[in-house]
Amino acid sequence: MPYGYVWLLIMLGLAAGVAMMMMFLPLLLGPRNPVPTKYEPYESGMKPFMLPRRRFPVHYYLVAILFVVFDIEILFLYPWAVILRDLRWFGLVEMGVFLGIVLVGFVYAWRKGALEWIR
Amino acid sequence: MDWVDLVVIPIIKGALILFILLTATAYLTLFERKLIARFQVRLGPNRAGPFGLLQPLADAVKLFFKEEVVPGHVNKPVYLLAPMMAMVPAIALFAVVPLGPDLSLFGRRIPLHMGGDVNVALLYVLAIASVGTYGVMLAGWASNNNYSLLGAMRTSAQMISYELPMAIIVASLLLVTGTMSVVEIVEQPRPLWAWLWLWLGFPLYFITMLAESNRAPFDFPETENELIAGYQTEYGGFKFAVFYISEYLHMLTSSAVAVTLFFGGWRGPFVDQFPLLGPVYLALKTVAILFLYVWVRASIPRLRYDQLMSFGWKYLLPWSLLYLAVTAVLVVALS
Repeated sequence: MPYGYVWLLIMLGLAAGVAMMMMFLPLLLGPRNPVPTKYEPYESGMKPFMLPRRRFPVHYYLVAILFVVFDIEILFLYPWAVILRDLRWFGLVEMGVFLGIVLVGFVYAWRKGALEWIR
Repeated sequence: MDWVDLVVIPIIKGALILFILLTATAYLTLFERKLIARFQVRLGPNRAGPFGLLQPLADAVKLFFKEEVVPGHVNKPVYLLAPMMAMVPAIALFAVVPLGPDLSLFGRRIPLHMGGDVNVALLYVLAIASVGTYGVMLAGWASNNNYSLLGAMRTSAQMISYELPMAIIVASLLLVTGTMSVVEIVEQPRPLWAWLWLWLGFPLYFITMLAESNRAPFDFPETENELIAGYQTEYGGFKFAVFYISEYLHMLTSSAVAVTLFFGGWRGPFVDQFPLLGPVYLALKTVAILFLYVWVRASIPRLRYDQLMSFGWKYLLPWSLLYLAVTAVLVVALS
């Protein structure tokens, strides 16, 4: 149904409108007093000696990869979950096999130390 | 379906929902400050109006008249986009929460929700809720500040880690309900074992809710003692307030969603005779969950970051998978 999601467009539009208003109303109402120090990076009063655009610990990347793996697995869970009542034991065993394979990967990642934050 | 049903009524409902949500959010801040104050044997805000009831208004007015500073080192378009990216999903989430039974007004049948009856409403909830992570990540990156970027990385890693157990518990709920339409989830009758089993899973879900809306003890964006204010460090004036509001909006909407999924939403005694009781029940139940939020914040200290990650991956994820498995067996065996 092409019109089934018009409400979503309306809701997003209204929400974005309110957010824009909140962001730009203070531009009209607020005072203006530009002082150079206001425009410097906040670093507890020191001059920052290192910019944040640099290399980062690989942990975050590992977490993101693990997240993608599990998120795809969960995407498979949803349609299965809705119709499990009709699939009965067949569906249960099928999903058990699938989850078992994913769990092997999870245990591997765990044993490899991908889940340890401190090494 | 004519254009009144398609456009005019959703606009009116959307505007009403927005108005109610923003007012409720404003008073949620007061609710929290008052409660925390009582937990700590203080009085809390009590100067603006009777019992401090005008305090949210005073805060908003003060913030509207603040100077808007956009620091020179930031990536300006993304910096300005980020607060909106945090706020819009938190509002849009509420569109699928059914507020009560259908009403008959002016000869039209008006459902008290915007899109809760679409057959993927629950997927919509999960999808929109995870868009909020973009707001955090963009804010941290665009601010070009060490604290901001660290805070954003931590927060987004936390949010995606806790999204998994949350999605798995929602999948277990789907096993019990057999439908993704939120309206049907509220209205369908459930056997007693299903209610009890879902309530058993609610604590797990509540923990993931706390982490998803970045509340204590998972309030890592605001680890003041290590990261100043996390991804919000470079934001001031109303841009900061937009982040602040979206955190409370997220609390509010996630509580309403939890009530809808686990506690029967707007249903309660006499609601069939008096349909207007529906929103009242929903509000009361939501306030109960919000009280839990504040109670947890007042009682439990913040975790350490590595504890947070290992708790999410090594405890919550396996436990929620176990919950899913037992639910599946129960559903197949009992239905």
